[in-house]
Amino acid sequence: MLSRTLAQSSTKPLFLAPRMTQCATLFSFRSPLQPPTERLYEGHVPISPFQRTLLAVGSAFAALHNPHRGDMIAALGESTGGIFLRRIRDQMLKDPEGRRILRERPKITSESMQLDKLRQLPDGIFGREYVRFLDDQQVSPDTREPVHFVDDEELAYVMQRYRETHDFYHTLTGLPVTVDAEIGLKWFEMVQTGLPMTVLSSFFGPLRLSSQERERLFNIYVPWALENGSNAKSLMSVRWEDWMERSVEEVQRELCVKPCPQV
Amino acid sequence: MASRTALKQLAARRTLAAWVPSRTAGFSTATKALNQYQQQPASNPSTATTQNANQGETHFGFKNVPENMKETLVKQVFANVASNYDLMNDAMSGGVHRLWKDHFIRTLAPTPGTKLLDVAGGTGDIAMRFLDYCRETHGDSSAQVTLLDINPHMLEVGKERFTQTQYHNTSQVSFMEGNAEDLKDIADNSMDAYTIAFGIRNVTHIDRALKEAYRVLKPGGRFMCLEFSRVENPVISKVYDVFSFDVIPVIGQVVANDRDSYQYLVESIRRFPPQKDFARMIKEAGFTVMGQGYEDLTFGVAAIHSGFKL
Repeated sequence: MLSRTLAQSSTKPLFLAPRMTQCATLFSFRSPLQPPTERLYEGHVPISPFQRTLLAVGSAFAALHNPHRGDMIAALGESTGGIFLRRIRDQMLKDPEGRRILRERPKITSESMQLDKLRQLPDGIFGREYVRFLDDQQVSPDTREPVHFVDDEELAYVMQRYRETHDFYHTLTGLPVTVDAEIGLKWFEMVQTGLPMTVLSSFFGPLRLSSQERERLFNIYVPWALENGSNAKSLMSVRWEDWMERSVEEVQRELCVKPCPQV
Repeated sequence: MASRTALKQLAARRTLAAWVPSRTAGFSTATKALNQYQQQPASNPSTATTQNANQGETHFGFKNVPENMKETLVKQVFANVASNYDLMNDAMSGGVHRLWKDHFIRTLAPTPGTKLLDVAGGTGDIAMRFLDYCRETHGDSSAQVTLLDINPHMLEVGKERFTQTQYHNTSQVSFMEGNAEDLKDIADNSMDAYTIAFGIRNVTHIDRALKEAYRVLKPGGRFMCLEFSRVENPVISKVYDVFSFDVIPVIGQVVANDRDSYQYLVESIRRFPPQKDFARMIKEAGFTVMGQGYEDLTFGVAAIHSGFKL
């Protein structure tokens, strides 16, 4: 990663590159009260490091207090993403499918996924099960909160992709949407991506569960998540759009994921 | 996932209270229209200059907007913040706004039977304190307050709050929807006192609001304005800036899920004229001011401006 950013900055003279690469900002002193960049993408809200800390702490407490605040969980993820998003991006760069995703930047919306076409597929096919999951939960891929607080355009896309592919994880693993299963999925994501938000959700989320749910979580979901999170291929590099017409078992086999034991 | 389905159920329940617009949708459609307007001049300078000649521009926070748009945008801000307004005031000022308002009413020192027009009265903090002061200090229950606000949502919250008090269903408080720039339902020379607390900086034409205030007051009547103002002390000013631009939008986002409205609020404070300039505007509207015409509160974070119609 260091060599890549140095290669980028060596193509133009340092004094003419006003927006230094992320790496360079570590070596120059900036007031923690100044936002580090201008607006880099639509919806970008550049915030100072001081504000970022406040947002991280505030959104952590708000999300713990009211887990239905999706926007707070999103804000927590973005304000703590930092170097971890860079690690995910670099991992994606090592995989050819991941490189394709970063180049083409596909967005997952109801039009791009062609949900009506997916509904025509036979049962047991990944696309069909995915749409069934969306219809059961009465959600659509369009209701995800956009990214605001990531100070790099490519990393903002990585964050957006992480959020958008969450539904595919449910279809892949067979986990339901109960709160304990969601936390189980966060453990899975923690092993896969290492994002601080997943770590916080994994360790503080169970505080809000009943003892029965906690028992289920730690006896069934967490061991499964730890085993399969580490066995599975890096799911951020998976171009889900290409896997829609394969069967669920085939997808699970290819990605080295065993379905979660049903409760 | 669970959060999204729960949000959908929450949204379904909220449609029952259909008069409340969807909070973020209301503000973001306004900002989309704002962005479209701002992109126009770059592509077509000739039409832009004629547009600007026809409709003047004014400020909306740090942005510039056409004058006729500002009122709609401000309306949307306050529709968004109405339900959490009092909670956010406490969170942003650490409860100090209560001290400011208490001092404001003590400075007004109303006598028994005073008729007050509380403009931009919204959730009723000033109106309630006024009636409480008359009752506690003079044992008076003939004081009357007309609570006027341009925004029906804020007025609803105010009415709701008054139902919990002993002034509910009495002639002491009445509610009116109206515009501070054009108080057409209020007769000339009819009010003993006119107050506007944290409202005048949102008015598009402050001079018109001041002229209307002069018109409706009786001779001898008092105009009083409580508003955010300029902090002169450089150290406190820096701390205040950091607090305004870094802490308040985060509080707005965490508590109320509405960063943009609170960003507007802190930017509009910076755009309001400083104490001396505003005192001059009050004099130009015809009021007689005593001394400097203003009193700083909390190092100038807020200020009380006062004038008499003689």
